[in-house]
Amino acid sequence: MKPAPFEYVAPHSVEEALAALQQSIPDARILAGGQSLMPLLNLRLTKPKILIDLNGISGLEGIRETAEGLSIGAMTRQRRVERDSVRERCPILAEAIRHIGHVAIRHRGTIGGSLVHADPAAELPAVALALDAKFEVARDGIDRTIPAEEFFIDYLTTALAPDEILREIVFPIVRPSSGYALEEVTRRHGDFAIAGVVAIVELDDAGKIVDARLALFGVAPTAVRARKAERALIGREPNADAMLDAAALVEDFLDPPGDIHASSAYRKHVAAVLTARVLKRAVQVCRDRRL
Amino acid sequence: MMSSKRTIEITVNEKRYEGLVEPRLSLADFLRDQLGLTGTHLGCEQGVCGSCTILFNGETVRSCLLLAVQANGATILTVEGLAAKAKNGDPLHPIQQGFLEKLGFQCGFCTPGFLMTLYEFLNENPSPSEDEIRERLSGNLCRCTGYQNIVAAVLWAAERLGQSRIDNGNYFAP
Repeated sequence: MKPAPFEYVAPHSVEEALAALQQSIPDARILAGGQSLMPLLNLRLTKPKILIDLNGISGLEGIRETAEGLSIGAMTRQRRVERDSVRERCPILAEAIRHIGHVAIRHRGTIGGSLVHADPAAELPAVALALDAKFEVARDGIDRTIPAEEFFIDYLTTALAPDEILREIVFPIVRPSSGYALEEVTRRHGDFAIAGVVAIVELDDAGKIVDARLALFGVAPTAVRARKAERALIGREPNADAMLDAAALVEDFLDPPGDIHASSAYRKHVAAVLTARVLKRAVQVCRDRRL
Repeated sequence: MMSSKRTIEITVNEKRYEGLVEPRLSLADFLRDQLGLTGTHLGCEQGVCGSCTILFNGETVRSCLLLAVQANGATILTVEGLAAKAKNGDPLHPIQQGFLEKLGFQCGFCTPGFLMTLYEFLNENPSPSEDEIRERLSGNLCRCTGYQNIVAAVLWAAERLGQSRIDNGNYFAP
């Protein structure tokens, strides 16, 4: 229950961190908030020779409002985003963060750390997928942008190369004509979700659905968009039938893993129930915002 | 492989300490083993149980998920520092007193983590509802009480703090 020995490096800039990373591939691990990596180290499920701690890099922390949306530094603490006034520009983000662990976890846990860890049951990857967020990645002087759709590859696996560091994430704002909601089922508040769904719905002036996004978590090796169900919602009245049809399409498309917490069939059923529920709430939020 | 030790300086319960630590040493182990502050308890060592909760630069954190080297320069409050914040010569902080009055503990192992979580919570939210209390305490596990008496202890403490706040000033001064 104690980590294996490692060398500890605490760079003061992204450039220093990249240089340290470059020198130590594949023996290094990046330490962000540590709320997932420290348990793995304590349990010796990972034994890096070198730990590169990003907590001393002030340039990786902060929230900026840009034309594109909210740019959030990878090391920005979850609790800060939850409490910052920016939550009004991207309310689904703050709503999702309230479901992550507990306050003490969110004080340390970072936005970027959660996304790069890519736990399939985590909330933030689903929010990033639903919003089509962009991942700004640094590598030895060359930056690149990875769209959320291409970022999550597999269980705990992202498109980030071993010598790359996530610098910031751009979350497009939810348009005022849109509604959003998140629903999840957990054993107790703050636990990883057995299943969860993020929905963003936009209605036109006639009250019909013009855009629908559904991102599911806890039901596949990564968070996933239910594109078929999304397409089926476009052009429809946001009534119970439309929502149940979307739920049926979600149930149809999922093949979730079963484990000690929930069987595959149960996860699938819960995901469908939550889909109908989250759509109803998102539509209600949409109507409230348009008033 | 031996990793090189580092010197750290931290302030715990308003006292300055210096230590020489291996990078892999957790902050919880540093507090307990090097400073002898064994009030901070280690339950799961994987961030699940909340027993090792302390205040780190004024915010609750799990001290099993922080390295001692990361605490260099930090200001920390542990359960040992809580009673010093009592007023009028009371031996215990009202939150601690609430646990005594309402039997909010049995074996007491989880209690320090609960007290530190509540210290932050009642400072933020002086008159919480029962639901808000239960939500905030969802990150702390207690295997004895069934939580009922802990919730009662929090309500008792909130009321006492509410009365005292008017007369005695700040029970949460940094």
